[in-house]
Amino acid sequence: MIKKVLIANRGEIAARVIRTCKKLHIQTVAIYSEADQHAPFVKQADESYLIGPPRVNESYLNVDKILAVARQANVDAIHPGYGFLSENGSFAERCEQEGIIFIGPTSDVIKTMGDKVSARKAMQQAGVPIVPGTYDAVSSSDEAVQKANEIGYPIMVKAAAGGGGIGMEVVANDTQLIKAFSGNAKRAQAFFGDGAIFLEKKIENARHIEIQLLADTKGNAIHLFERECSIQRRNQKVIEEAPSPFISEKTRQKMGEAAVTAAKTLGYTNAGTIEFLVDEDENFYFLEMNTRIQVEHPVTEEITGVDIVAEQLRIANGDALQLKQDELAINGHAIEARIYAEDPETFFPSPGHITSLHLPEGDYVRNEVAVTSDFDVTPFYDPMIGKLIVWGKDRNEAIARLHAALATYELKGIKTNIPMLLKIIDLQPYKTGNTTTSFIEKHYLNHN
Amino acid sequence: MQEIKATMAGSVWKIVVAEGEKVEGDQDIVILESMKMEIPIGAEEAGTVKELKVAEGDFVNEGDVIATIE
Repeated sequence: MIKKVLIANRGEIAARVIRTCKKLHIQTVAIYSEADQHAPFVKQADESYLIGPPRVNESYLNVDKILAVARQANVDAIHPGYGFLSENGSFAERCEQEGIIFIGPTSDVIKTMGDKVSARKAMQQAGVPIVPGTYDAVSSSDEAVQKANEIGYPIMVKAAAGGGGIGMEVVANDTQLIKAFSGNAKRAQAFFGDGAIFLEKKIENARHIEIQLLADTKGNAIHLFERECSIQRRNQKVIEEAPSPFISEKTRQKMGEAAVTAAKTLGYTNAGTIEFLVDEDENFYFLEMNTRIQVEHPVTEEITGVDIVAEQLRIANGDALQLKQDELAINGHAIEARIYAEDPETFFPSPGHITSLHLPEGDYVRNEVAVTSDFDVTPFYDPMIGKLIVWGKDRNEAIARLHAALATYELKGIKTNIPMLLKIIDLQPYKTGNTTTSFIEKHYLNHN
Repeated sequence: MQEIKATMAGSVWKIVVAEGEKVEGDQDIVILESMKMEIPIGAEEAGTVKELKVAEGDFVNEGDVIATIE
């Protein structure tokens, strides 16, 4: 029986996990870096331990230190949240070896799905369609051109070691590819010490639609429908909603069934999400699997009434799923807007001091926040400082409520993306649900 | 003389040129890092790096001068 949980994370997700633990009468242990001493989650936990300096390698990624605290505090389980160690198979393996429950799938499954090549192979074996592309790195521009012509343009050139926006480029022909290949390989080598380049077909006018899964240790797996997360900047999500305004009931069923089959084939346990790209004809392709809870999980909670963190804890405890697929239904529409500490025009981070914070309130408004008034947002971690979630009986009502809530969201002292969020949801293509992953480039940046 | 300024607050992750080095317009001078994002800061015109005003690991604010180029 899980009685005490360490949350190996920070910010809003640490606070979110603590909240459900309290509801289930589970004791909570927070860990925090020197930069997070005054963060709300540190005070909300039953016990809190300082684990090191701000840099993540010395704090939130410091496996030895975190496990030492787990032993010292005598916890039964570790909730990894998202990011940090949540998809680190070696960390999950260490937990398994030390007899601490890792709240997530087994380390084997994390490792399989964490590697781009093995994840694609596993999905293919499970009968899930994948985006056409190269399995292995291409070694020369000649080889790149040959492979690109086999796959068909447009092609996405991706640095294997890339991240944070560097090393990703879309090309439409051989000439552009040769230039992008050498440029990105050089940059990736200089910045990351790894020049390996992959090619992937660019699915045009694609939407990003993902399926939320829950699977227990008894072999039961269900899905909690989809979330559409097409509104992205720098390949990071900004606005998410459930259900998707685009897919038909038939596609919804097909995607859900494919995801459940994949989970069963993998021997997946706990909460997870399969991300798909969906084209204009509602063909869907596996993009990646997130073997953890996701930032945008609240929209699914709002339309299904399921507390996903509570389900994670029950599954980790060895309980069988009580939820049945045919008893689940979509109720209304939910939208989440991520609040980022960043310039709304350039998207550059904007750390600094929050002088005042007044959150919107209302019956259908949910706030998940990592900050308070008179609070320093440090440059060490992700710029997301909060999430605003609204529910409506339909999409139009949800948009109207989101608009009203954003308009009264008061956060002063640093730049935030709130002006951008307000502009996006006012745009006609957003209102009509014409949301593709290039929405921000097409409709926001060019019409600003 | 051209002043290369930080476009965001953050720390200097990597300096990719040396003082005295000739650079092309648009060539990267430093990579800034803030909130998990790496932003290359480049020269606007070709020239010679006269002075680097920061070291790797330094914290800079938006608008701070990172380097001068002649």
